[in-house]
Amino acid sequence: MPIKIALPKGRLLGETADLLQFAGWGLGGYHKKTRLYRLGSERFPDLSAKVFHEKDVPIQVAIGNYDLGVCGLDWIEELLVKYPSSALVKVKNLGYGAGALYLVGSGSGGVSSVDEIGSRTGTVRIASEYPNLAESLALNLRFKRFSIFPLWGGAEVYPPESADMALVPGRIGERSFDYGLLPVSEALCYSAFLIANKDSWETKDMSEVLASLEDKPAIAPDKERSSSVVVNRVPPTAGQPFSAAVAQDTVRLALPDGHQQQPTLDLLSKAGIKIDDYPCLTGNRRPAIGLDGVVAKLIRPQDMPLQVANGNFDLAITGKDWVREHLYQFPSSPIMDLLDLRFGGVMIVAVVIKDLPISDIDGLRQLGIERAMSFRVASEYVNIADKYARDNHLGAYRIVPTWGATEAFLPEDADLLIENTQTGQTLAKNNLKIIDTLFQSTACLIGHTGDVLNSAKRTRIGSIIEALKVAVEGS
Amino acid sequence: MRVQRCKGSRDLTPEQMLRFRFVEKAFRRCCLKWGYEEVKTPVLEYLHLFTSTGTLTPGMLSKVYSFLDWDGWSGQRLVLRPDGTIPLARLYIDNIADKKLARLFYTGNIFRFEETGQETRERWQGGVELIGVSSSLADVELISLALEVLAKIGIKGVELKLSHAGLVRGLLSELGLSAKEQARIFDQVLDGDREALARIRSDRPDLGRAMISLLDLEGRTPGFLKNLKALFSQSVPELVPLVDDFINVVELLDAIGCNYQIDITSGRGFEYYTGVIFQLFSGKDKIGGGGRYDALIPLMGGGDIPASGFALYFDCLMNLVEPAVLAGPLEQRVLVKAEREVLRQGFDINTSLREAGYVVELWLEGQELPNLRWLLDVRNKAPLFVLHDSLKRKKFELETAGEVLTLLGDSNADKNSPA
Repeated sequence: MPIKIALPKGRLLGETADLLQFAGWGLGGYHKKTRLYRLGSERFPDLSAKVFHEKDVPIQVAIGNYDLGVCGLDWIEELLVKYPSSALVKVKNLGYGAGALYLVGSGSGGVSSVDEIGSRTGTVRIASEYPNLAESLALNLRFKRFSIFPLWGGAEVYPPESADMALVPGRIGERSFDYGLLPVSEALCYSAFLIANKDSWETKDMSEVLASLEDKPAIAPDKERSSSVVVNRVPPTAGQPFSAAVAQDTVRLALPDGHQQQPTLDLLSKAGIKIDDYPCLTGNRRPAIGLDGVVAKLIRPQDMPLQVANGNFDLAITGKDWVREHLYQFPSSPIMDLLDLRFGGVMIVAVVIKDLPISDIDGLRQLGIERAMSFRVASEYVNIADKYARDNHLGAYRIVPTWGATEAFLPEDADLLIENTQTGQTLAKNNLKIIDTLFQSTACLIGHTGDVLNSAKRTRIGSIIEALKVAVEGS
Repeated sequence: MRVQRCKGSRDLTPEQMLRFRFVEKAFRRCCLKWGYEEVKTPVLEYLHLFTSTGTLTPGMLSKVYSFLDWDGWSGQRLVLRPDGTIPLARLYIDNIADKKLARLFYTGNIFRFEETGQETRERWQGGVELIGVSSSLADVELISLALEVLAKIGIKGVELKLSHAGLVRGLLSELGLSAKEQARIFDQVLDGDREALARIRSDRPDLGRAMISLLDLEGRTPGFLKNLKALFSQSVPELVPLVDDFINVVELLDAIGCNYQIDITSGRGFEYYTGVIFQLFSGKDKIGGGGRYDALIPLMGGGDIPASGFALYFDCLMNLVEPAVLAGPLEQRVLVKAEREVLRQGFDINTSLREAGYVVELWLEGQELPNLRWLLDVRNKAPLFVLHDSLKRKKFELETAGEVLTLLGDSNADKNSPA
């Protein structure tokens, strides 16, 4: 009987690969530099593995696409706390990849203890990549009124100006975090776990595969090893401590982390805006920008529209795709597209497996009528995908949220992808084809629709937009 | 692909709706006759309405249906209301806070997630709130009203169990527990865990004894509460007013001849109760409950307004309704059969019959004749109306709508003729 396992990329890959190598699985190609998604086992011919973003693993196992999976307990609990009846069995603590989630606040931002925060009358804003755990924690701590900002990353840079607290991972026992953040509550200790789909666990004989994992290499019990998640801490930067209260005339600018950093830097240079430490090798998310009365922070482009809507940033360089994703979820959100920056161009496309005998979305819909199963639509753009499926009457469909590398989902784990592509080459290489183009996306500058009351600030915002406009048109 | 009903939800069929409306009607009638006014609150509320007072347990709040609305970019979550009392308190503060005394009632659904999907996640209830008075008599009014509704519905052998949230809380705080610990044990006690109090290690053995005797208390009289008061008046005088409050309610119930049981461990999992808690059972089924919640409206910023209330659980009650009471006098039904060429006349007489109080079914072409007593043929030639009485196997040939109504009226005036 075939057995399928979902394996993690990222932080747990090294030690998981060691474990499976010791177990003699003979998975060719599961290593740090792997570009392969599908792997076979030499020892167990029935066993096949697929490599996912770690956050995708519990979801894939819970919905039954995989019998087994390896991922951190943090991502398992993030799923279970919101969906307690998920078909997931925690089989075994694998012992490595240990860490803890902490609720942190800024010492200089005046956050001292959970009780103090709980007694506040205003809204407590919590930023996290773990929104479900953050909500559960806020309820358990009996915060009277709170807002959760779900994030794709970079939570540690939000407090104190953009959020009161962040729920972030750290080493076990860690007492100080980047940017002077201090833990006020420990939410969860985690390590890598082997998980199983509940039905598979109850009905499938996976004993040989499981037994092989019992011959574990003896892990040295020293702390270095047991707390093996590498958390790169930003070296303490000189300069003023961050204050929750930003001066009224200060412009808060959000710059993208990740692969849009270089083109963003090029644009800023053309506009005559000097910026230090960007792109940053040490992971500093608070670069110094050479503009008076402007502070810059690096956050994920995905998170920018929500942050601008909430007034945490005045300007942000993001992508039109993420603006649209945000507006599909919140049509009345007070953000606006100020300037097309003309770089980072991608097409947002609907993608199926090449062998599928259809050429457009009508064909896919027809196919849906003929088959009994509902469509699985995988995408990073949950709201764009949902609207696309709805508008095209795909009938009964489910959106499978993903955190990257969606092209590996077809055909076994999804029927349709909503993906971005520059050239279409990666898609073609993965034996996929485009059946529809939803829209074209480029980088853009966004801002809040509300009036800027402070005149100095209004002038500064205007001059940044103007400088960028000149740079874009001159290029 | 067949589309299924949502897990944990249920349909109410015509037969079940008869039961539902029967319960609801009895409830509404009783409330109106006791001088209560009906209100409704929206199904959607902000999550922070329920978190802000700190009066619902985290366990309960983690089972609410919450989501971001289309304009929820601020992270403000909405919920399908998980409780009836807190929205009603909000309604009072928002709309009628100038009323010194408000007697309010509602019927509505509440939503709570239940993991297995075996129990229903949408529950219907009728709730009554008496706002603005903190007196034992007000508590007794509510208990009497609840019992009257249950009697009207025909529920036999209703058991009334009494507890006192203030007394339990008072004991816990006297034991020197932290606020968190108090809240935890209070929840356990209200969830019916008798051992929870006994397990507490206390440096006050005298109180421990009082606690155990309190827990053993079941089905007794005010005499026991008075003994308890005597015990407390030496060791913990702070608890005496709470015992007095409990005694007052119990004595008033005695005075009006109402049966009850004192059972400290009967509660409801809500932390907003501050005084007497009462629960209603029919056999093992919990069919309702309520109590005094003097701190809720102050916590919501509505000023120092005391209140108490209760809810009756319709899902449970409608199953306990005897079929016999549902079968009451059915409306008179008439089937009207009109061919196309006399459709106008057919619809006209339909209207006349409905206005005269009959239920009129229109014959749809090709439809099998339903089993009704009266069938009226509308024709395009004399006689214009032919009325068939299937019960008495008679046929009447009539010329005007007036004659039809008169004939039906005469037949139905005969009390012996079943519908």
